[in-house]
Amino acid sequence: MRFSGGSASASEYDVIVVGLGHAGCEAALAAARLGRRTLGLTINMENIAHMPCNPSIGGPAKANLVREVDALGGEMGRNADATYVQIRMLNTQKGPAVRALRAQSDKRRYHARMKTVLENTPNLDIQQGIVTGLVLQGQRVCGVRMWTGEEIRGRAVVLTTGTYLRSLVHVGSTQVVSGPQAQITSGQLSEELKAMGLSLQRFKTGTPPRVAKDSLDFSKMAIQPGENVHTGFSFFSARRVPADRQLPCWLTYTNERVHELIAENFDRAPVYSGDIQGVGPRYCPSIEVKVHDFPDKPAHQLFVEPEGWESGEMYLAGLSTSLPADVQRRMVAMIRGLEHAFITRLGYAIEYDALDPLQLWPSLAVKGWEGLFAAGQINGTSGYEEAAAQGLLAGINAARYVQGLAPVILGRDRAYIGVLIDDLVTRGTREPYRMLTSRAEYRLLLRQDNADVRLWDVAREVGLLPPERLRMVEAKLEGERALRRALARGRLGNTPFVARWLAERGSAPVRDGMSLEELLRRPEIRIDEVLALAAAEQLMDQDWREPLRRGCRRWEPLAAQQVLENVEQEVKYAGYIARQQAAVERFRRLEDRRIPEGLDYAAIPGLSNEGREKLQRVRPVSVGQAARISGVSPADVSIVLLHLDRMSRARGRGEGTGEGEGRG
Amino acid sequence: MAVGEDVDTIVAVATPPGIGGIAVVRLSGPEAFSVVSQVVQGRRGPLVRRRRGWEVHLGRAVDGQGQVIDEVIVTWMPAPFSYTREDVAEISCHGGMAAVQRVLSECLRRGARLAEPGEFTRRAFVNGRIDLAQAEAVLSVVEARSDAGLRMAVQQMDGALSRAVKAMRRDLLGVVSEIEATVDFPDEDIPVRPVEQVQAVVADARQQVEALLATAPAGRAFHEGVTTAIVGRPNAGKSSLLNALVQQERAIVTEVPGTTRDVVEEWANLDGVPVRLWDTAGIRRPADRLEQAGVERARAALQAADLLLLVVDGSQPLSQEDWQIRDMVAAHAAILVLNKADLGQVLTGEELQRFWGDKPRVRVSAKTGLGMDNLRRAVVEQSVGPAQGRLGAVVVINARHEHLLRRAAEALAAAEKTLADGMPMDLASGDLRLAVSALGEIVGESVGEELLDEIFGRFCIGK
Ligand SMILES: Nc1nc2c(ncn2[C@@H]2O[C@H](COP(=O)(O)OP(=O)(O)OP(=O)(O)O)[C@@H](O)[C@H]2O)c(=O)[nH]1
Ligand SMILES: [Mg+2]
Repeated sequence: MRFSGGSASASEYDVIVVGLGHAGCEAALAAARLGRRTLGLTINMENIAHMPCNPSIGGPAKANLVREVDALGGEMGRNADATYVQIRMLNTQKGPAVRALRAQSDKRRYHARMKTVLENTPNLDIQQGIVTGLVLQGQRVCGVRMWTGEEIRGRAVVLTTGTYLRSLVHVGSTQVVSGPQAQITSGQLSEELKAMGLSLQRFKTGTPPRVAKDSLDFSKMAIQPGENVHTGFSFFSARRVPADRQLPCWLTYTNERVHELIAENFDRAPVYSGDIQGVGPRYCPSIEVKVHDFPDKPAHQLFVEPEGWESGEMYLAGLSTSLPADVQRRMVAMIRGLEHAFITRLGYAIEYDALDPLQLWPSLAVKGWEGLFAAGQINGTSGYEEAAAQGLLAGINAARYVQGLAPVILGRDRAYIGVLIDDLVTRGTREPYRMLTSRAEYRLLLRQDNADVRLWDVAREVGLLPPERLRMVEAKLEGERALRRALARGRLGNTPFVARWLAERGSAPVRDGMSLEELLRRPEIRIDEVLALAAAEQLMDQDWREPLRRGCRRWEPLAAQQVLENVEQEVKYAGYIARQQAAVERFRRLEDRRIPEGLDYAAIPGLSNEGREKLQRVRPVSVGQAARISGVSPADVSIVLLHLDRMSRARGRGEGTGEGEGRG
Repeated sequence: MAVGEDVDTIVAVATPPGIGGIAVVRLSGPEAFSVVSQVVQGRRGPLVRRRRGWEVHLGRAVDGQGQVIDEVIVTWMPAPFSYTREDVAEISCHGGMAAVQRVLSECLRRGARLAEPGEFTRRAFVNGRIDLAQAEAVLSVVEARSDAGLRMAVQQMDGALSRAVKAMRRDLLGVVSEIEATVDFPDEDIPVRPVEQVQAVVADARQQVEALLATAPAGRAFHEGVTTAIVGRPNAGKSSLLNALVQQERAIVTEVPGTTRDVVEEWANLDGVPVRLWDTAGIRRPADRLEQAGVERARAALQAADLLLLVVDGSQPLSQEDWQIRDMVAAHAAILVLNKADLGQVLTGEELQRFWGDKPRVRVSAKTGLGMDNLRRAVVEQSVGPAQGRLGAVVVINARHEHLLRRAAEALAAAEKTLADGMPMDLASGDLRLAVSALGEIVGESVGEELLDEIFGRFCIGK
């Protein structure tokens, strides 16, 4: 929705977002919803929120990102909920930290709905066109230059160009200068960024062939149906599709004949022929790399996934490749169920430029340039969820920059988003970065089920969540407290009824006066059972749903269910959670030791050469961050600490060092 | 900032108390030379520096009244050619602890500040003279009070502990990478080893860590010394025993019962283990207020010591006092010393068995030195374990390492419990990673990327 009736380019925007993929959409929506006059630019209007690779959202760690985006007022969760064709809860047999929602999305609908949301957001213009450069004034970025030569002024610019920087597509020895799925690419912007002194790295990613649905023999594959899942990605959406109305995925395998064919053609694979220089992600290897690196594995599994309700194409997850066209066709025909498969789109590898993320502050602002932010794949990540998470933060921080507010930065102890951004700006990345639960030190605290209550204070500070939703989260917090209290206070009597109840569940008898909370700790007892028992025996003195009825109104049943789920985890895993919390306390001690912005590491004696060079480059904001930089040794950290001590002692004696504090 | 700027001058006694004849008072900082030149007078008038390098001078330390404290040797070590890279001066005294203490107080009176423990090494580290690992090892060497302590510190520098820790860490990382791979890639067909095997690896690691931790008290004994109190009834020969152990007439010996009234302290080097000996007053119903105070101190020493030597006169029948004192030491690590073996022995084997059971006992003569070697061996064995297998083995002497090992042991125990309780493996994974990272801190390696390398190196993952 246009912020003004007249020609936009004549006036100045607050925030310009370059690229409307998953990062760009969140960035543009966040800035506009925070009241900033915002422009979103895309090379192709039909590619807004496009999914060029797998048609799915969520999974371990990624679902947590989506939930956090949702908790802070982003769009991805609701968009995914509204457009999935299949949904499942993964890792249900594992601990609460790693359970994760994953949906198969309808690509077309996902795009269409997001476009509609953008179009209907006040303060937001979206426009098609290619950005070829930035308008600079000294060290300040104050707009973008279009391919037509037009200049659009903006006080902040967020780069979310994805894989579109100088991208190059490979199929066998064929190379095309192109964006994903035959899109126009933007080569010039890349040159401009280099000219600004920014260092770029070359990454590679790839995608498998798509096949026509009606050419597959599903009877030869194993069906992977959807599930009845009672939650969505968004805490605030109620759409649930029953399992029997979801679309299934299908499972099949490669075989030794396929592997032989691939091995015979290694010399024609761009990853081995030397055509590809970019670094690919290890967690998403192409089939030729899998066959090459794990020659003893007789079969690799393939998931055949629908691309949408109406789509006639299926996605071959696990068969990412840039082998030549003839090899791709022969290889697919050797796979069970795909014997007669018709390839509608060939698999390909794509190389693209990405910023070295060490050049970013934790706010996602680019160091050395005022008003410039970057988010998503341009920062060296991969994945829609990783992009959306950064886009949201970059949009929020660009808006705050324009308003003169301090940036919002999430710690590693608060959110996966915090882990993601801290990893990028502290350690950098040498391959496309994907979020994993194993990257989060405190993952038991960063569960997908508690994202909204966990980030409630941040959401309130940011101001993106509509007041009604903020109230709902607040009510949930109160409800959780009330429920915890009631569970702790409620005492079981050793009545015949209770004894029978326990026996029915194969649970040991209780001693008189055991609390409901203790009962719930037992692995075999679920929270809804405890509440039913409590109701039957009248063991709870207080109605914990009261705050929810007041604060959530029509959302009350949904919120109540979320409260139950969260409290159940917190009670059952209380010991583990307490231990992680203790670890967080230790972590915070170094995190809270701020390092003044202008600290001159060259003047600190005793640092190792590598440590000094890395510190100078990353310019960490805290001692904790400094300690996480690779190449900075514990000895270097001790020296920095001692130096800060000395500085503050000197300052205490009135000999200020003149080094500045704080950072934008 | 220039090196040494805004730093004050520190002073401390650089040699540990109780060992060696010469004691060194060391100063470091911008005022080091000026302080020393006020405290020490040269043979021919005030001390002056003549050259820019190291210098050695003979002189006399004097107090505020011009009274001579001691004959001393002064060594100048100007910045940056010193241990701390600051101006350093050392005053070597040989007049015993009393003289050293007075020289130290003179330096303090002239404006130097008493150094905190390890502050010289910390300055060396801050000024870029040494790195952290060296600093830790050096601190150990500097503080180690005896040869064997030194040997262990050196061994640590050689990385014996590092090697042991690294091997354990690798095993655990293997397990963690498996668990994490299945968690982060639930769709992949990743081979997982059965929980029993995971339990075995974890239990093994915990036992190894605990074995390392078990060496810590011995390490501490070598490092900090073993406080050993000599207790017993009057006239049993306690003071004689102290003198025999330190091989000098340190405590007064008379045939009068109740000779020793206060606690007499002296250091002895027993087979390389530094031992702080306390001779105490004979314990009995006191005859006067003075003796009563002595007995109270003896009881306090008995409580505070790491090890007790209960001295009994073997030429006399066991008295009621002997039995009472035996009851007092019952809960402590103690050795029964049957003294006066040069005289006729009256105690039968049965009596001794009833008195002391199978706990260690030695028969000695403090007078002739008979059996003293056995006593020394017994003391060493009680404080640091049997000699066999001790030397050359990995011993934990660094408090930071001990702390980290303890953290690792706790985390491993927690993981074991999680697995035994049938909880999901990823819950154990958190504790296993804590263990891996605690072990990593000992050897200076962090988990992070390494875990991912392990995962992607071992498993074929990805869509
Ligand atoms: N023959 C012989 N006499 C000893 C021996 N050890 C100590 N004595 C004598 O026993 C007497 C008491 O010796 P101390 O060493 O003063 O005894 P103590 O236990 O310190 O006595 P108090 O300080 O009074 O409690 C002295 O006359 C010593 O010479 C020994 O091994 N053989
Ligand atoms: Mg005596």
